[in-house]
Amino acid sequence: MFKILKYSFYDLARSRWSYVYFLFYLLLSSVLLFLNNDLSKAIITLMNVVLILVPLIGTIFGVMYYYNSQEFTTLLLAQPIKRSNVFLGQYLGVACSLSISLILGLGIPFMLYGLLQSTAIFNFLILLVVATFLTFIFSALAYNIALSNQNKIKGFGYAILLWLFMAVIYDGIVLISLVLLQEYPLEGLSLTAMLVNPIDLARTLIILKLDISALLGYTGAVFKSFFGTSQGFFMSFLLLFVWVILPIIRIFVVSRKKDF
Amino acid sequence: MSICRYLSFSIFCFVIQFAMAETINICATGCDFQSIQVAIDSAKSGDTLFIKKGVYKEFDITIYKKSLYISGETGTVIDVENKGYGFRVEATDISLKNITIKNILMSYTKEYAAVFLFKSYDFLLENITIEGAFFGILVQKSKNGKISNNVISGEGTSEANSGNAIHLWHSEHIKIENNKVFMMRDGIYLEFGNFCEINNNLSENNMRYGLHFMFSNNNSYTANVFNKNGAGVAVMFSKQIQMTRNTFKNNWGPTSYGLLLKEINDADIKHNIFENNTIGVNADGTNRINFTENNFFNNGYAVKVLGACYTNTYTKNNFLYNTFNLSYSGSLNSNTFSENYWSNYSGYDLNKDGIGDVPYRPVKLYSYLVNKTPEAIVLLRSLFIDIVDFSEKVSPVFTPENLIDDKPLMKKVIW
Repeated sequence: MFKILKYSFYDLARSRWSYVYFLFYLLLSSVLLFLNNDLSKAIITLMNVVLILVPLIGTIFGVMYYYNSQEFTTLLLAQPIKRSNVFLGQYLGVACSLSISLILGLGIPFMLYGLLQSTAIFNFLILLVVATFLTFIFSALAYNIALSNQNKIKGFGYAILLWLFMAVIYDGIVLISLVLLQEYPLEGLSLTAMLVNPIDLARTLIILKLDISALLGYTGAVFKSFFGTSQGFFMSFLLLFVWVILPIIRIFVVSRKKDF
Repeated sequence: MSICRYLSFSIFCFVIQFAMAETINICATGCDFQSIQVAIDSAKSGDTLFIKKGVYKEFDITIYKKSLYISGETGTVIDVENKGYGFRVEATDISLKNITIKNILMSYTKEYAAVFLFKSYDFLLENITIEGAFFGILVQKSKNGKISNNVISGEGTSEANSGNAIHLWHSEHIKIENNKVFMMRDGIYLEFGNFCEINNNLSENNMRYGLHFMFSNNNSYTANVFNKNGAGVAVMFSKQIQMTRNTFKNNWGPTSYGLLLKEINDADIKHNIFENNTIGVNADGTNRINFTENNFFNNGYAVKVLGACYTNTYTKNNFLYNTFNLSYSGSLNSNTFSENYWSNYSGYDLNKDGIGDVPYRPVKLYSYLVNKTPEAIVLLRSLFIDIVDFSEKVSPVFTPENLIDDKPLMKKVIW
């Protein structure tokens, strides 16, 4: 498995897209820091971008890499290697290379700017951890989609739809249900709704750590009493972890039975 | 002739009085008196008391119907040792200067103060440092006074076990200037206080309000700084208040306001700066208030208008980088927004007259929804919200139709 991981990783590390992705984040965070002059503000803006782009790029890249390396995969499968090793190796290769581009691209400018002396370091670390989780979650989901769809166009379509649902439509549904059910106590519902979707969970985790959380008012207090405890914090990372594990298990199951 | 005689008589009396007034020194050894209370008891109206430096362990120092001028020097400390009041005064034409008063008794039933004035007229309290205050300066039923250059701080940990730094009750024509008040319940509190001027004070880290008006009319406050209080200033049930050139900043937290207006009429709010507050201005039941040339910078909500607000005008204000510029309940009720600068205004100005050609809508759909369903705030900074806000901006359906600034400025107002 590690050989395949290593191969996929080097393959991607040589590819243009990893560099583009890395340079994009490098540029984004440098420009933000240059314009903002305030680490904490820059983190908020960065959060907005990261929460939209990381899942999008994770999904697209995951699907693209699977379809591109399909022939090579078939070749590998002809060798005496366990199937799960092949797919898991490839998946981890994609997810790791994306994460490294992300962490380096965001981290280097912030480090140079004096993050280590700043109090915002913890918030920034949460942002990085959460973004890495999102990369792993969404490339795993993308791999699942690609595995189940031989048709590339369909695969891409579903991948985009998945991202659109998680990033946009889900929030719309939550908003509508909150408005429709406004006569009832909604703290529990909104809390659960935010926990279930990894993008929303990531956003809530970061916002609650920033000054802006004061705007959340009473609902924010309820959220804080949940996420503020180590139990709630542990629970939310557990959920992110579950979001990584479940698609990986499905990769195992599907790849074992799949006919190539 | 009779006028002449009268005049000369009054001058004579005046001179006599002056000739009789003495200066009494108080110190530990070698002065006229060792105790401040004993000195006061034996002094006559018009005497000057000079308290030399040293620590005086006295409490409830009472001045009753005597006009005295009391002053200390650097290092004059009165340690009340948590036994009661510092000074209790009921007198006309009195001054108290350059003294440090410490450790006032805390009580849940009585308002122990470092300096307590009751029915006192023409007083001056200057350069008094109060440490460990329960109440600092408590003024009741008094008139024509000046409270200036005092530093008042407390050690209370909750609203219940702390008092107000400067507290006026049923008092008129009092000037409160250049004071520094911190770590108290309210910095400055006026209840039934009329015709008072509050200028150049610094009020910070107070648990409740930096400045608090209750049933107080015709007052003005100018050039004060309110920093990191529970809420900057609360103006409640009052009329005719002038608020000018004040800074309200860092009142940040789940229940914090820069300026809380509740049932107030006919006020002018001009040239103030609201910076980093959760809610810049919270207006509830306010009528005929003019907001002119204020800066709202980096607040959560710049202005939050609750119900029963009529005929308020918002003109030439700068709204800069607030999360929500305006949150609004109910219908417009003849309030007007005109010629303000909004940092997120995206219109254009073809004829270059400095006024945008497209009206600006200060209420976003999202802030409207949050108003109706507070729990929707959990979607703050979600992509969906941005999309919805954008589409609402293009073709408004939900937000109040006439709630617009029809002359949004293209450039920041400079004042």
